[in-house]
Formats: sequence, structure tokens, C-alpha cells
Amino acid sequence: MDINLIFRIAGIGILISVLSMVLKQAGKEEQAHMLTLAGLVIVLFMVIQLIQRLFSDVRAVFGL
Amino acid sequence: MNFFAILGLTLVVTIFLIIIRREKPEMAVVLAIAAAGIILSALLKSIAQIITVFESLALKSQFNLDYLKLIIKILGLAYLAGFGAQICKDAGEGSMAAKIELAGKIIILTLGIPVMVGLLNMILKIL
Repeated sequence: MDINLIFRIAGIGILISVLSMVLKQAGKEEQAHMLTLAGLVIVLFMVIQLIQRLFSDVRAVFGL
Repeated sequence: MNFFAILGLTLVVTIFLIIIRREKPEMAVVLAIAAAGIILSALLKSIAQIITVFESLALKSQFNLDYLKLIIKILGLAYLAGFGAQICKDAGEGSMAAKIELAGKIIILTLGIPVMVGLLNMILKIL
């Protein structure tokens, strides 16, 4: 069980929400949006590996 | 798998989700997917043990192993469909959850139909 992934995703989420708040306060809505998108892509890359491993494990266990 | 580890992980993830969902709901969905994936893959080892026990029981009772394999396959499909549907429902997309559930039901039905036909044929032969 790799709990590190959870903490990494939560950390990235909190960091990005704070940074985008700062950028919005500074009047840079565009950059805030791009930052959100980039963070989402990074997090999705991390999760997709986990999901792929989970699906292959399920396939092996249940004989799908 | 230690139950208390899963319990603690779920509580921590819940708090993180509450914090993140206010600002970035899409990030909260990804976090929920990651948590669900980690917990399910932690449980898989126990599920595999249960399945081997059932297989050994089936071997002892001379039960047709093909049927047991089919049941296990359907069980896995149902778990995966529930996993996807719950995540969709959590994200507020109830219609996508309904689609996944429908797909799971139909695929399970196509797996089960040959068994049903075999049973009906057996009944017809007896009559």
C-alpha cells in the first residue's frame, strides 16, 4: 500500500489551489487557469499508473 | 490487509477531500480515484486467498470448475463496475454512473446466458 501517492496528490491539490488564489488576487486569471490545468495533468499521470496496475491485478485475480 | 490501516487512510483522505473540494473539485475527484485504487489493490490479496479456498472446496466436491470460474469472473466485473460508478456518482455525474452500471449488467448477462440456456436444455431433456 503506497500511501505516499495520496499525500502527494493532496499536497499538489492544496498547493495549486493556494497558488491559483494568489494569481487570481494579482489579476492573472489566465495563468491561474493554466496552472490548474497543469496540476490536473500531473496528478492524472500519477493516478493513471495506479489504475493500470489495479486493473491488471484485478484481471489476474478474477481471471477476466 | 490490516483493517485499521485502511480505516485510518480513509479518514485522512476524507479530511483532504473536504479541504480540496472547496477550491478544486476536479483535484478532489482524482484524489478519490487514487484512494479507491490503493484500497482496492490492498484488498486484492485477501480476495485472491478467498478465491483459492473456494476453488479447493469446488475441487473436493466435484463441482464443475467452469461454473465457479464464471462466477468469479462476474464477481470481478461487478466490483469494477461498482468502483467506476461510485467515483462517477461522487463527482456528481449520476448519468455516467448509470451508464457504467448498465454496461456492467449487460456484460454480466451475456456471460450468464449460456449457463441459463444449458439449465433450460437440461430441464427440457428431463421433461
